[in-house]
Amino acid sequence: MTAVPSDATAAAVPGAPAAGLPLREWMLVLPLAVFFTAFVLGPLALLGYVSLHTDVSLETANLGQYVKFLGDGFNRGVLWATLWLGLKVTLLTLLIGYPLAYLYSVSTPRWQKVLILLIVLPLLTSAVVRTFAWLVILGRQGIVNEALVAIGLLEVPAKLLYTPTAVVVALAQIELPLMVLPIITVLAGIDPNLRQASLSLGAGSWRTFLQVTLPLSAPGILAGCLLVYASSVSAFVTQTLVGGGQQMFMPFYIYQQAIQANNYPFSAAIAMILLASVLGIVVATNLLARRMRGVVNG
Amino acid sequence: MAEGARDSLKPVAALRGESAASRAERGSFHLMVGLLSAVAIVLLVAPTLIVLLVSFTSGLSLRFPPPGWSLRWYQALVTDSPDLWRAAALSVKVAAMATAISTVLAVAAALALARQPRLWARLLDSAFMSPLMLPTLALGLGLLVWFNVFGTGVSMVTLVIGHTAITTPYILRTTCASLSQIDAVLLESAKSLGAGPLFAFRTVTLPLVLPGIAAGAFIAFMMSFDNVAISLFLSDARSEVLPIRLWNIIESNLDVRAAAVSGVLIAVTTVLVVLMERVVGVSRHVR
Repeated sequence: MTAVPSDATAAAVPGAPAAGLPLREWMLVLPLAVFFTAFVLGPLALLGYVSLHTDVSLETANLGQYVKFLGDGFNRGVLWATLWLGLKVTLLTLLIGYPLAYLYSVSTPRWQKVLILLIVLPLLTSAVVRTFAWLVILGRQGIVNEALVAIGLLEVPAKLLYTPTAVVVALAQIELPLMVLPIITVLAGIDPNLRQASLSLGAGSWRTFLQVTLPLSAPGILAGCLLVYASSVSAFVTQTLVGGGQQMFMPFYIYQQAIQANNYPFSAAIAMILLASVLGIVVATNLLARRMRGVVNG
Repeated sequence: MAEGARDSLKPVAALRGESAASRAERGSFHLMVGLLSAVAIVLLVAPTLIVLLVSFTSGLSLRFPPPGWSLRWYQALVTDSPDLWRAAALSVKVAAMATAISTVLAVAAALALARQPRLWARLLDSAFMSPLMLPTLALGLGLLVWFNVFGTGVSMVTLVIGHTAITTPYILRTTCASLSQIDAVLLESAKSLGAGPLFAFRTVTLPLVLPGIAAGAFIAFMMSFDNVAISLFLSDARSEVLPIRLWNIIESNLDVRAAAVSGVLIAVTTVLVVLMERVVGVSRHVR
């Protein structure tokens, strides 16, 4: 009798033969590990190395590029604008994405099929196309301006494109699926009896939502926020096309310094700062998530 | 049991008689969810629809609503847009190669990592997934400097390598998820019925994870096809991929051909997504 469970656990956690293949685990991981080291880790490490140099010949190492970046008001402004943009987009997608995920979780299977297509389709449609859509919508002859002029709210078309709000709205639309999908997953895992119990014990809909559903969906919210944040601070195409030339964000700054100004060390430093701020936020959020898990589990 | 309990709870609330206040409370909650989701749905759908409509304009600008309807911009796409066709062919080629390579790399790694709870496996898994979170532009710049240092310069090969680096995580994720859902009892019974490891892999494991691999490969292909940040740094002067060509058109003169290209891309994506949803259930794998 006791042999059966131990056998079962051995099967559930296969040690040496991976998935039944006559290959060792390390043999299976090796190709990707080599590729990853050569073409992700290596290049990023080199980027870090290049950023520590002020001369193009890479002879003396110092923090000159970072001092130059952080010591300048314009550069700090670009960094803040980028991080601030990421935060605004994240909050906006959470505000409209959570209700959509909630609606999905209480819909009938037939409607769920429709909703999931509406959510996944934009995700897999080219971001350039979706950005282009916003140029059509917000342009001088776009649908918003035409409508506002037609109903008499405006006399002449307003400048909607190339404004900070336009970038936030366009990016929120583009990143919305990344927020909705993890929340859908986590909501599907919540026992409906919990909500039912709370309702029948007299808590109202709002209270049930705020004290039962919302806390239980925290892991999905965090995952969604991380994905949207990381993706919107580095959304080069949308930032550039909808933001126009007057708003500068970190990704375009990297591109401009590298390709247009040919200043690779400085551009590498900007890239490292962007990388560090994204990684910093990811790590901080994960730590927060671990603490919250403790709270939820009691 | 649970069903019965839930049913028996409902009448209790009904018996107590719902006060107007609690009805209003519930109504306000549903109204809020409904309103905000409606905004989200309109936001998700409207831009695509508007681009589709504008692509059929008879005019010379992107004015909405269009002054009239015609197929002229699709015609222009067919008759005098060799630049766009060249770019599209290159994009398909790069995406196909990158997807093929990353499928091999990711599936092999997933077979080892998916059911391995040890720390080294978890660490490797997060490392391999990191390109999803990193700013791709930084990776593109790093790869450009890297290839220059090694003296290879940029070429079709470097472009495919860059795309492979960013597409691998998608396939790794879907394959790992499919593998971890396989019931260990299935593998056990194959073994106890005398199936050799390779036979069991071919007849049990592979058929069960194939949808996951296919969904991952599909997502990887679409992400590569859409990528700008990596291509920007790693293509040579002659090879321009479609999203960058499209971007240049949009940025320079807002040619209405951009709307026609978008229309074609939207149509193709929709058909592919619906098809893949039928065959492998893509939506189950993107979560």
